Amino acid sequence: MPRLSLLALVVLAACALGLVTSQHYARKLFAELEREQARAAELEVEHGQLQLEASTWARHARVERLARERLHMRPPEAKRMQILDAPPPGRGSGR
Amino acid sequence: MKSRRSPVLAPTFPPWRARLVIALAAIALGVLAGRAVYLQGWNRDFLQAKGESRYSRTLEIPAYRGRIFDRNGEALAVSTPVKSIWAIPEDATLAGRDLDRLAAALGAPREELRLRLADTGRDFVYLKRQVPPQAAERVAALRLPGIHQSKEYRRYYPAGEAMAHVLGFTDVDDVGREGIELAYQEHLAGRPGSRRVIKDRLGEVVEDVVSLRDAKDGRDVVLALDSRIQNLAYGELRRAVESHRAKGGGIVVLDAATGEVLALANLPSYNPNNKAQLAGAAVRNRAVTDAFEPGSTLKPFTVALALDRGRVAAGTTIPVAPGSLTIGPATIRDAHPEKALTVEQVIQKSSNVGAAKIALELPPESMWGLFDDIGFGAAPQLGFPGEAIGKLRPYKTWRPVEQATMSYGHGISVSLVQLARAYTVFARDGDLVPLSLVKVDTPPQGRPVISKRTAETVRRMLELAAQPGGTAPRARIMGYRVAGKTGTAHKQVNGAYVPDKYRSSFVGFAPASRPRLVIAVMIDEPSAGQHFGGVVAAPVFANVMAGALRILGVAPDAPLQPIEAAPPALEVRESV
Repeated sequence: MPRLSLLALVVLAACALGLVTSQHYARKLFAELEREQARAAELEVEHGQLQLEASTWARHARVERLARERLHMRPPEAKRMQILDAPPPGRGSGR
Repeated sequence: MKSRRSPVLAPTFPPWRARLVIALAAIALGVLAGRAVYLQGWNRDFLQAKGESRYSRTLEIPAYRGRIFDRNGEALAVSTPVKSIWAIPEDATLAGRDLDRLAAALGAPREELRLRLADTGRDFVYLKRQVPPQAAERVAALRLPGIHQSKEYRRYYPAGEAMAHVLGFTDVDDVGREGIELAYQEHLAGRPGSRRVIKDRLGEVVEDVVSLRDAKDGRDVVLALDSRIQNLAYGELRRAVESHRAKGGGIVVLDAATGEVLALANLPSYNPNNKAQLAGAAVRNRAVTDAFEPGSTLKPFTVALALDRGRVAAGTTIPVAPGSLTIGPATIRDAHPEKALTVEQVIQKSSNVGAAKIALELPPESMWGLFDDIGFGAAPQLGFPGEAIGKLRPYKTWRPVEQATMSYGHGISVSLVQLARAYTVFARDGDLVPLSLVKVDTPPQGRPVISKRTAETVRRMLELAAQPGGTAPRARIMGYRVAGKTGTAHKQVNGAYVPDKYRSSFVGFAPASRPRLVIAVMIDEPSAGQHFGGVVAAPVFANVMAGALRILGVAPDAPLQPIEAAPPALEVRESV
């Protein structure tokens, strides 16, 4: 009987320590999760800002101006245009 | 075992002393027990709160306002976090130098800050809202007493003025105030939440205790708008308004197949990124909220009704001599008196007398019925705030002269959006589609209004109107057949027509063989010498249509030959 009690005591102590360890571990993981979630939110904000920036750079008026002034592009003349039959759908728009 | 009483141990104390000790011990125990009950029972909530405040924290969960995208996924409106700087005036006793530094960091006038901080009667004053994060960091680095920051959002519109009226804007609290921002407020708005957590010694969250309120991020909106076409439309409209020194203007581009609004622009416009501009007349989305007398652009509907009811055919001759028609006290006039015109020519040359004569052959209720069917006198239900209904009086109150003038668009008023939508009837084989501001996945079912044959016949007439010999040869574009109708109307001021103030408009569609786009253009009070719809509004239509068809990759249905200007004799001036 005392031997059994002793064994139970050892098991109890082991369980108690295990609980403490796992709780600590869980909290550490949770803190990490929190940090990552905060980072995700930050990245989301940055994504929005980058989308804004992309939209600003890609403004059509700006692209057209650059094409005309820097690349010296212009719409083709009528006699230099040729219209081909549209390719069947699904194969993209060919030129 | 018998014990002898020792004299040493003999009780020398009186018995009450023992009782006193017991009583004192009992009282002490009672006090302790009472204290315990008091702490555990009565005072429990307070103590528990005190204990929890050592480790438990309530955190705000921020929620973002949804973004707005165009149909190709380009961002049109995005909220990003900024800071607001506020102060508790009582705590914020700043030395002169500190105030200088604060003013410099905020970019705000020093005197204004001083005045705000001097108001010690208040617990809370905003010093500046919507401060960019960098500036807020500079303020934080000053470590001034009583100056605090909190997080808020600011909305940016990269497209600026070109889309101002469609998108609208939000106020300083990021709540929609106009346009899509207001119409889709419920959909876009996020709802911030809060939760209780346990923090450790280092201030890190180690456990989620309970979620007090779930945060809900706003949802994104994908508009039907095509920002390429929108920019093109806005640019062309602005050029026309400037070159004709007009008071304003509007343009609407619709997809004839789906009823989607691909572009919608107004002038004057404003920059939604500049909060100082967000008031006054420029904010009004005129194409949607303002009704005007459309003028001759309504003639095709009268003709369509007469065709549909079998009263006339395209080749029926209408006597229009001597170029004027007197009904009671009023006289209707044509700019170019002719002897007789076919129904086709009435549209082509935009004859008021011809349209009036056709209208007088029709019962008023059928004309009212058609106008009602094509959406006049009812809000177009785009979801925009303040949509104009327009004026369509009940047919029982019509006098003959009114019925006659309505046939060419006077005595009735519509918004530009209503007018553009009505033309989908001709572009779509006779049915009317509901319009949509947001992207549509499956094309909606149209509601039949006129027969397919009538729609085809009117299309041909409208094509003639946009040719030399019609009122709008300037609406032609290279590579596509276009169809459309001009409108030029005197403006009404205080109920009377003003002789030198006009509204010029053009509504049309292309390619005429299989219409894809419907475009309506209206220029308000052109005052640079020209006022005919065919001269002022039709070129805007042509430029936008040509660009939009190219952007959408629509196959041409006409030979690719440069358009030559029509000789003046073949450009008919319409009757006003």
